[in-house]
Amino acid sequence: MATTAEGFDAPTAGHGGDHDHADHKPGFFARWFMSTNHKDIGTLYLIFAIIAGIIGGAISGIMRMELMEPGIQYLFWWAGASEGDIAAAGHMWNVFITAHGLIMVFFMVMPAMIGGFGNWFVPLMIGAPDMAFPRMNNISFWLTVVGFLSLLFSMFVPGSANGLGAGVGWTVYAPLSTTYAPGPSVDFAIFSLHLAGAGSILGATNFITTIFNMRAPGMTLHKMPLFVWSVLVTAFLLLLALPVLAAAITMLLTDRNFGTTFFDPAGGGDPVLYQHLFWFFGHPEVYIMILPGFGMVSQIVATFSRKPVFGYLAMAYAMVAIGVVGFVVWAHHMYTVGLDVNTKMYFTAATMVIAVPTGVKIFSWIATMWGGSIEFKSPMIWALGFIFLFTVGGVTGVVLANGGIDDNLHDTYYVVAHFHYVLSMGAVFSLFAGFYYWFPKMSGRMHSELLSHLHFWVFFIGVNVIFFPQHFLGMNGMPRRYPDFPEQFAFWNQVSSIGYMIMAASMLIFFANLAYAYIWGRKAENNPWGEGATTLEWTLTSPPPFHQFETLPVIEDHHDYHDHRPATA
Amino acid sequence: MAGNVNHDYHILEPDIWPLLGAFSALTFTSGMVLSFYPDLFGAASKVVIWAGLAGLLATFFFWFKNVVIEAQRGDHTPVVQLHMRYGMILFIASEVMFFVGWFWSFFDFALFPAMLEVTAAGTADQSTTNLFITEGVTATGTLVPEGMEVLDAFSLPLLNTMILLCSGTTVTWAHHALIHGDREGLKQGLWATVALGVLFSAIQAYEYSIAPFAFGQNTYSSAFYMATGFHGFHVLIGTIFLGVCLYRAYIGHFTSRQHFGFEAAAWYWHFVDVVWLFLFIAVYVWGGWGAEVH
Repeated sequence: MATTAEGFDAPTAGHGGDHDHADHKPGFFARWFMSTNHKDIGTLYLIFAIIAGIIGGAISGIMRMELMEPGIQYLFWWAGASEGDIAAAGHMWNVFITAHGLIMVFFMVMPAMIGGFGNWFVPLMIGAPDMAFPRMNNISFWLTVVGFLSLLFSMFVPGSANGLGAGVGWTVYAPLSTTYAPGPSVDFAIFSLHLAGAGSILGATNFITTIFNMRAPGMTLHKMPLFVWSVLVTAFLLLLALPVLAAAITMLLTDRNFGTTFFDPAGGGDPVLYQHLFWFFGHPEVYIMILPGFGMVSQIVATFSRKPVFGYLAMAYAMVAIGVVGFVVWAHHMYTVGLDVNTKMYFTAATMVIAVPTGVKIFSWIATMWGGSIEFKSPMIWALGFIFLFTVGGVTGVVLANGGIDDNLHDTYYVVAHFHYVLSMGAVFSLFAGFYYWFPKMSGRMHSELLSHLHFWVFFIGVNVIFFPQHFLGMNGMPRRYPDFPEQFAFWNQVSSIGYMIMAASMLIFFANLAYAYIWGRKAENNPWGEGATTLEWTLTSPPPFHQFETLPVIEDHHDYHDHRPATA
Repeated sequence: MAGNVNHDYHILEPDIWPLLGAFSALTFTSGMVLSFYPDLFGAASKVVIWAGLAGLLATFFFWFKNVVIEAQRGDHTPVVQLHMRYGMILFIASEVMFFVGWFWSFFDFALFPAMLEVTAAGTADQSTTNLFITEGVTATGTLVPEGMEVLDAFSLPLLNTMILLCSGTTVTWAHHALIHGDREGLKQGLWATVALGVLFSAIQAYEYSIAPFAFGQNTYSSAFYMATGFHGFHVLIGTIFLGVCLYRAYIGHFTSRQHFGFEAAAWYWHFVDVVWLFLFIAVYVWGGWGAEVH
């Protein structure tokens, strides 16, 4: 019971009915610019991620266009340089790959998964009325926005002697980011990471507190939906990894501007130290980008198999294990910097250990489907696509985990193919799966199953045509991060670029699907997915009231979480 | 009044400060970048930095003011107080990881030093780096380059260690006084803590001014100034935090049962204290061991 009444009033009081109060919304500016509502902030994050995804995706289109054939085609024009100015073209290329990487990692995948779906569904799934710190939730979002703005600034100010923009890669390695990038561009990019990182740390604090402290009565940790588990583990990774990145990029900043020598051998510093600090953050970061996807896929596979997920506890603790071990494998990104053999052996072994909990997850998803009554609705096909393609990326990951093999494959297109299989297929397929799963709940409208299936198949073909040939290019020795290549790599590069066009066409289907849903889509029921969907968000209206669970739902004790139907709506 | 809310959570009204705070942060960081390039951007950067800083300070002030008002109004039910405990612990955990980054650099330089010689001009000369240390080859360099003087750990730094340890005691004194309803003891303990915090910062500033090495000559001075500098910044924040608690003690805030604002300040202060102990032992005593002392 509330100890004082005032604290819990809606902005303006004076209306009576139950429903009225729960659904009272503030005016347009207050609602979208001053929000303290987890669902509205989640929506803002999703819209932001879609915009950033369009920009990041367009940049990869520029890249695939350039790589369509050998030689420099368009980069001179993009750089505004004279024909033949290879240095300017090369810098422009570096700017594109940097922007693509940073935008997709920090401003598309993370805001969509954690900010978007995490904000929307963690409180709903644990039966909470909102997040623990609603105001801090809002500054997490706006810090992400201003971080993105700082990154955009960086593209229009001098970067290196060869042109505008930060051409340092998403890893911002010294000395490329220090000695060889004298302009203000890299400083804007570094502050972009500071700002977005601060937002993520605050968001992580918020999620952990919400999950530990706001679960509905009866929902013990071991009854929590797996998506909530995945966000919990992700939030811990963010909380502990991002501050180390903050320290590392602060060192970059002082090396660049205040004469410190952290990474400058002339003062005793060590560029490899930067790589250690970066990847101590960077490896947990790649799990940050995939764990919420694991959680979503678990919900979806269980829903559309009409079975509780197989091995619930093993699934939860597999994610915990991935999170913990993820902190002690970072140097497998650095096999070619001159680590001694024993160090490489340790990091090889530790990295392969990660395949164990990941295997637990893959096999448990398959076992969940085993004997289930499977419905191939739109979220389910995306989840199945995820399981297949993530496994492909996982298998090439086991190959790359070997220090000896990586000596040959490091910085080749094999690595590019690997991490795009786990991210632009793994993470992105899980994002679309989650989007189609929850879109009816969020919008109150049904999307078209036909367009969703069409979107899936065209996207599936497109991304595989883009990235599968890149394995061949890599094994034949084509290095990453070059705009030009010898004739021998021409064929598979052309195939890859054609794949991009297929993928881009599929995105038009996606947006057509959204338009369809908002114009012709029929109204979504509370639970459009049937009896397989057992989590608490399906007990609410679609869309849910502005403030839900004003009376907390009670989770009964004697049921397994998945069998249970909540007592109250 | 709408009396149908049946839970103890704190549902907040829309608020403008998150938006203003985020854009102030962007203004501040952008101003910093402009200030790095006076040739490109001229003197305008100062205006931008100050505007950003003013916005940030206003955000902190009004945001925390609102939190205090809500606390006094009774919005902070027991479960909401527990939120804040979680939040503060997690925030401190992230701060710990931030310092892990700086200590990582320091220990890298200390355990795998490059071979450096200090030339007559006082700048470091590199004869080899620690990039490719392999088995059987030891780096013969030292963390503190030969000929470079460091601060005497057992002079002012030891005094500062005593000051901070002492301030840890006084803040606990204030806490116990508060719990036992002794308002005067609370104020006295907090006054002593704030005074010791200010004294620490003053001594640290004096020590920087007499240090025999400048900012950023080599890895030792880089790691030294950045690690102790960030610690000093945290001392400043902690002192302000305790100062606000002192003010709140005077205007009658805090009860013996509910005083999380004070507890959070005390936790933060202890965290700052522990970081200093690591800095003192690792950077001042162990790091400067054997080097010439100023």
